[in-house]
Amino acid sequence: MSDFEPKVVAFVCNWCTYAGADLTGTSRIKYATNVKIIRFPCTGRIDFMLLLKAFANGADGIIVSGCHPNDCHYTSGNFHAKRRWIMFKELMDFMGIDMNRVTFSWVSAAEGARWAEVVNTTVARVRELGPYVSYKEMVNKSVEEEVKNE
Amino acid sequence: MNNLVARAKELLNSNSVQVVIGYETGPTGVARPAFITNSEKADRLIYDERCVQNLAVYLTKHEVRKLGKAAIVATLPVMRSIMMLISEQQIIGENLVVLGISSEGNLLDIADIRVMQGIIEKSDLSNPPEYRELLAALNKMSPEEKFAYWQKELSKCIKCYACRQACPMCYCTRCTVEVNQPQWIPVQANTHGNMEWHILRAMHLAGRCISCGECGRSCPVGIPCHLLTMHLTDKVFNYFKVYAGTSDKMSSVMSTYEPNDKESFII
Repeated sequence: MSDFEPKVVAFVCNWCTYAGADLTGTSRIKYATNVKIIRFPCTGRIDFMLLLKAFANGADGIIVSGCHPNDCHYTSGNFHAKRRWIMFKELMDFMGIDMNRVTFSWVSAAEGARWAEVVNTTVARVRELGPYVSYKEMVNKSVEEEVKNE
Repeated sequence: MNNLVARAKELLNSNSVQVVIGYETGPTGVARPAFITNSEKADRLIYDERCVQNLAVYLTKHEVRKLGKAAIVATLPVMRSIMMLISEQQIIGENLVVLGISSEGNLLDIADIRVMQGIIEKSDLSNPPEYRELLAALNKMSPEEKFAYWQKELSKCIKCYACRQACPMCYCTRCTVEVNQPQWIPVQANTHGNMEWHILRAMHLAGRCISCGECGRSCPVGIPCHLLTMHLTDKVFNYFKVYAGTSDKMSSVMSTYEPNDKESFII
């Protein structure tokens, strides 16, 4: 697995983490290129189904990040998101879906260096875990079932 | 249940209600839901250990709504469903007569919502004992075993959505499942899509499930899908110290928050 490059999808909020990632760039801080950033209006908009779709479409790791508590642009979006992630994580753990591949974090617009750190640690962890074979196998098997049934 | 029949007759004769929702014996001997609109037919009503279906599901159906004011035979899970439906503004408490049934099977005198709330508060609201063993066994498994277990179970799903139809809390007239732009859940049944569906269902019921187990009972292929929602019921209590369906004023756990909600995984 020496040539394995993890694919990491980052779901970030527009107001804090996306601006924070911008700052990482303008500050010329280097970080892993494995991450693909998707911008959302708010963490409250990040549907848990999007995380499942990311895994289904080949992601090995996921980052979900937004404003620190009390700093949400919409006042309460991240608080709602927090409750949702608490429940989502519990359900995923119950079903045996690997939540070590998912990083939840709060990164503000001023934390450019922290964003680089969050990405680097997540990529390093996922690199260690290897590709998410068991989920991909399930998806591929389901596609094969479909083809066979047609 | 002579008391029940007498009370139903009284309600129908005085025109206090237009329909009594209860159980009757079906042709094969199983209990099935009965919608009694005429007091002469109220003798059909039964209540015994066969009567396990959660009847609250019918309260939001337009076919039942149009019959008029209803009385409903309600065990504890049904009472909690009713509370939940009132708190989510799906039904009006004053328009409903609750024919409560105690855990011993006796008719309870429930004059209004406050009385019902008192009965619910005095009851054990955690998951029913018959499910706890399996939940505990699943929780003890390794992640790989859990994933294999759920893949095996969910591969049987035929996407009939009986679990959704049987659930009193799944009253949305347009479900995410029927949305096709974007297509969140694939139409065809396959293991991966089935898993996505059951995750979606459990997440949408987090903090709302009242642990009646109707989803699992209604499943024609025997998937224990009630364990997913019951697991979240446990977790909601652990984190937020609430059980669903305890008050007609409660706001849903997932549509509210406390600034000091505790978690340990967000860095």
